[in-house]
Amino acid sequence: MLDIKSLSASIDGKKILDGFDLKIKPGEVHAIMGPNGSGKSTLANVLTGKNGYEIKGQVFYEGKDLLNLPIEERAQKGLFMAFQYPLEIPGVNTNNFLKTSLNTIRKVRGLKELDSLDFLKLVKTKTKNLKIDEKILNRQLNVGFSGGEKKKNEILQMTILEPKLAILDETDSGLDIDALRIVSDGVNALRSKERSFLIITHYQRLLDYIKPDFVHVLVNGKIAKTGCGELAEELEKVGYERMEIAK
Amino acid sequence: MKQSTINPSEEYKYGFTTDIESIRAPKGLNEDVIKFISNIKKEPHWMLEWRLRAYSRLKNLKEPNWQKPKYPKIDYQDLYYYSAPKGSENKPKSLDEVDPKLIETYKKLGISLKEQEKLSGVAVDAVFDSVSVATTFKDKLTEKGIIFCPISEAIQKHPDLVKKYIGSVIPITDHYFATLNSAVFTDGSFVYIPEGVRCPMELSTYFRINASETGQFERTLIIADKGSYVSYLEGCTAPMRDENQLHAANVELIALDDAEIKYSTIQNWYPGDENGKGGIYNFVTKRGACRGKNSKISWTQVETGSAITWKYPSCILQGDNSVGEFYSVAITNNYQKADTGTKMIHLGKNTKSKIISKGISGGHGDNTYRGLVRISSKAHNSRNYTQCDSLLMGNKCGAHTVPYIENKNSSSNIEHEATTSKISEEQLFYCNQRGLNQEEAISLIVNGFCKEVLQQLPMEFAVEAQKLVGISLEGSVG
Ligand SMILES: Nc1ncnc2c1ncn2[C@@H]1O[C@H](COP(=O)(O)OP(=O)(O)O)[C@@H](O)[C@H]1O
Ligand SMILES: [Mg+2]
Repeated sequence: MLDIKSLSASIDGKKILDGFDLKIKPGEVHAIMGPNGSGKSTLANVLTGKNGYEIKGQVFYEGKDLLNLPIEERAQKGLFMAFQYPLEIPGVNTNNFLKTSLNTIRKVRGLKELDSLDFLKLVKTKTKNLKIDEKILNRQLNVGFSGGEKKKNEILQMTILEPKLAILDETDSGLDIDALRIVSDGVNALRSKERSFLIITHYQRLLDYIKPDFVHVLVNGKIAKTGCGELAEELEKVGYERMEIAK
Repeated sequence: MKQSTINPSEEYKYGFTTDIESIRAPKGLNEDVIKFISNIKKEPHWMLEWRLRAYSRLKNLKEPNWQKPKYPKIDYQDLYYYSAPKGSENKPKSLDEVDPKLIETYKKLGISLKEQEKLSGVAVDAVFDSVSVATTFKDKLTEKGIIFCPISEAIQKHPDLVKKYIGSVIPITDHYFATLNSAVFTDGSFVYIPEGVRCPMELSTYFRINASETGQFERTLIIADKGSYVSYLEGCTAPMRDENQLHAANVELIALDDAEIKYSTIQNWYPGDENGKGGIYNFVTKRGACRGKNSKISWTQVETGSAITWKYPSCILQGDNSVGEFYSVAITNNYQKADTGTKMIHLGKNTKSKIISKGISGGHGDNTYRGLVRISSKAHNSRNYTQCDSLLMGNKCGAHTVPYIENKNSSSNIEHEATTSKISEEQLFYCNQRGLNQEEAISLIVNGFCKEVLQQLPMEFAVEAQKLVGISLEGSVG
């Protein structure tokens, strides 16, 4: 699914990722943990194609070179990121944004575009399943949304777009227990043999709800340690500093 | 005929030229040229006199220069004031007699004059340089007593109406460009809706500039008699040239008791190239008089073209309870400049006005909203609400808001709100990450930003306008 080989990324001459390697197979759930500023969002941004980074190394997605593709083509090919800080877009209706996005992607995949009615049916079912208040659909995209509403909206978008590889960038941060449950239910409902997840988190808490296949610790721009679920718990106890020393 | 047209490109698909033999007035501005125009239009003597009065007045006027966008001095003696396809002086009676090249031109512009006649519910007057070349659905409208024809024809056939109303909203003593227009205007549309009649279809005029070195001086006059209703739309395009061309129009609207006029503009004149070379100077005077009680005039404009747009479609709210509205989207990309807004002059009691202005600047574009709200001492219980929003794309463009507010009546009330925001790289990244490309993302954001205005457009044109808004902003970020 995804094969990252010796990936380096710098911004304004400052090296953030440095020789990062990671392989994700279809159906796997990988968690990446790391202290603030360790480059977790940078990794997500580089994979999804955000501008402004000097990049070295290689990334293969479904066997093909990913780094030369425009942002929207990566998205159309099934790469999704739930943003750590979802953007507010005034004037753009949330429902309309979601519909435009889904239909653009469906078109590329050779599927029939959904008309307003079919889309409404779909989006109503999904919001209901996720226990998200459907009122957010008629509001301007993320404008005036609470932190929790923004994150739930990201999960709703993921659920509707049905990506092949979903990257969640600290989707759990700042959520209360109810919201955390909605987020993890959303992820768990989407888990399948074909679909992979890269879950970026600062806390072990989320991993109580979403059981990852692998946990990686990101320190100094590369993976310092890889383990299974217990690694997260250990990390919670000893803290990141000790981890750094251990390396 | 000398032509210096640049190849039409993807961005401005209306930039082609029609190769057609034309008749021109001699170059320059003088009494003989005015007589030439009046003569070729077979005008009655009073019309010529009126033109000449305007011209003598013009000699004592100076061009205004308080506007934000400056432009190189225009040599008025180096322009043609009349250019028309050969044969159009004897205006064809039916579409079958119209030069096929002209039919083809409008077809390329997306206006199928022949199909039109049969299919859609929009009547079109097609103005090509200085003449109207065709008007559709005339018979159907005549049944209801509606007059929809070129103004040159109205001057001959309905002189009483024209005489009564022309210059009654924009007098020949007005500012420089308005007075220039009164002296040399060539064609435009005339609309009269009789008492109590609701016009059964959209009326529209399509203005096309084709000839080079030629100014277009459009004159439009719309009269809605008591209790009538009309919705009118104008569209405009021009070839791509590296010269600047002047379009100085006068549009007068008159709404009598209980009448309503809805006037929409989709202005897509050639905007110049990405370095700011060429493009139309769109210096237009548009004014409506709500002369009767309970009358209403609503202006909606989508200004995406022109090198410089300089216009203030205004409402004079004379009748008690009359209503004036102004909905505007002005887009300036590359080196385009706009200084636009409205004047709402409240004279009658209980008059209301509403101004919604959305300015969008990209590239090196510069966008000014300038608006006057004046409530006179007799305009008791009057209200104005103004909302001016600016959207910036990138760091090199500008947005300015210049509201003038005069309230001489303490029972009246003026409200003004303004915002400025910016499309960020981050917002675009977010949209791209959801599968939308740059253009789709910008189009989505911008259409969201000006939705309130676009939804005022007649349905037949709203979708076109949405697309146009997206296209006009290509390459605007950065
Ligand atoms: N646009 C930027 N310009 C300069 N430095 C940046 C920029 N974005 C991130 N950084 C720096 O890169 C490092 C990694 O940031 P980030 O990937 O956001 O970390 P994390 O998501 O792990 O908290 C931090 O030191 C941050 O300050
Ligand atoms: Mg982060």
